[in-house]
Amino acid sequence: MSINPDWYLGLSTVLFAIGAVGVLVRRNVLIMFMCVELMLNAANLAFVTFARTLHDIGGQVLVFFVLVVAAAEVVVGLGIVVAIFRRRASADADDLHLMKG
Amino acid sequence: MTAALLTLAATSGHPTVPDVGVFAVAAAIIIAGAVGVVVARNPVHSALMLVMTLFGVAVMFVLQQANFLAAVQVIVYAGAIVVLFLFVIMFLGVDREEDIRKEPLRGQRPLAIALVVLGTTGLLLLGQVSKWTTGQPSVSGSDTGAPNVNLLGKSLYTTYLFPFEATSALLIIAVVGAVVLARRPPAAASSETVDEMPVDEVVIDHAPGAAAGTVTGGADATTGAAAPTGGAEDAEVDA
Repeated sequence: MSINPDWYLGLSTVLFAIGAVGVLVRRNVLIMFMCVELMLNAANLAFVTFARTLHDIGGQVLVFFVLVVAAAEVVVGLGIVVAIFRRRASADADDLHLMKG
Repeated sequence: MTAALLTLAATSGHPTVPDVGVFAVAAAIIIAGAVGVVVARNPVHSALMLVMTLFGVAVMFVLQQANFLAAVQVIVYAGAIVVLFLFVIMFLGVDREEDIRKEPLRGQRPLAIALVVLGTTGLLLLGQVSKWTTGQPSVSGSDTGAPNVNLLGKSLYTTYLFPFEATSALLIIAVVGAVVLARRPPAAASSETVDEMPVDEVVIDHAPGAAAGTVTGGADATTGAAAPTGGAEDAEVDA
């Protein structure tokens, strides 16, 4: 018998929490992106666990889509970061206050 | 965190010893890597810690018989996404260390950590006192627990064919969008962007590298249509 799914789901929860803390606490835009990746990975782990628990391959298919969306998100996000950096010479999220009144 | 895992361990069945060992090692790698991503001061170190976490998650996929996804995880994430991160970090030159102790928004950091800890605890308790899952399995196919690349591929090309095709469109759009975003503006357009100069001066005041941050108008006139990032170097030379 393999490991209880609760372990995987608990690990997934903890991983998601760490990623959420990173997004909220860090100010470097690149590290915030990496923490978003952590949260996506936590979701992927939960999807795979549910796919095994419920005997449903749909969870694994969904992980595939999450991977694709993550790749697209990173590509566009880093493009935006490069474009901003060319203007502002900073990767700090707190420096982006151009629309502040 | 450890207590939660211990309570989870108390409710488990009788897994085999190698499975438990692999799970424990991979879980430790995942948690250590995730914490490293958050607390590392150097973005390059964060990216390398992210690789560690991604490998741990791939091990978890193998442990749950999702072999194809484990391979894709390593190839796409560790092979492409993290390399893209490292490329951008080194391309922009933002790999200098950040002072984490400085806190521009007062009270934001403890509040964020408290909220996340509260939510996580609630979720773990929810998993303990009730069922994680309810409802019926979908009709997309049965995951029997054996290695199932065939089933995954069949499901992807029959039940999920339209999302799969939409995925290809998404990737094309992302590629085109990234090219448009990252492309340097044409030289003719950048030479007449006189109205952007005040913005650049404001930027240089905030740039950590520029000590004085006094770029005179004459310096800008001599550089002419130089890239905006060149202004910071000019400031350092002047200082």
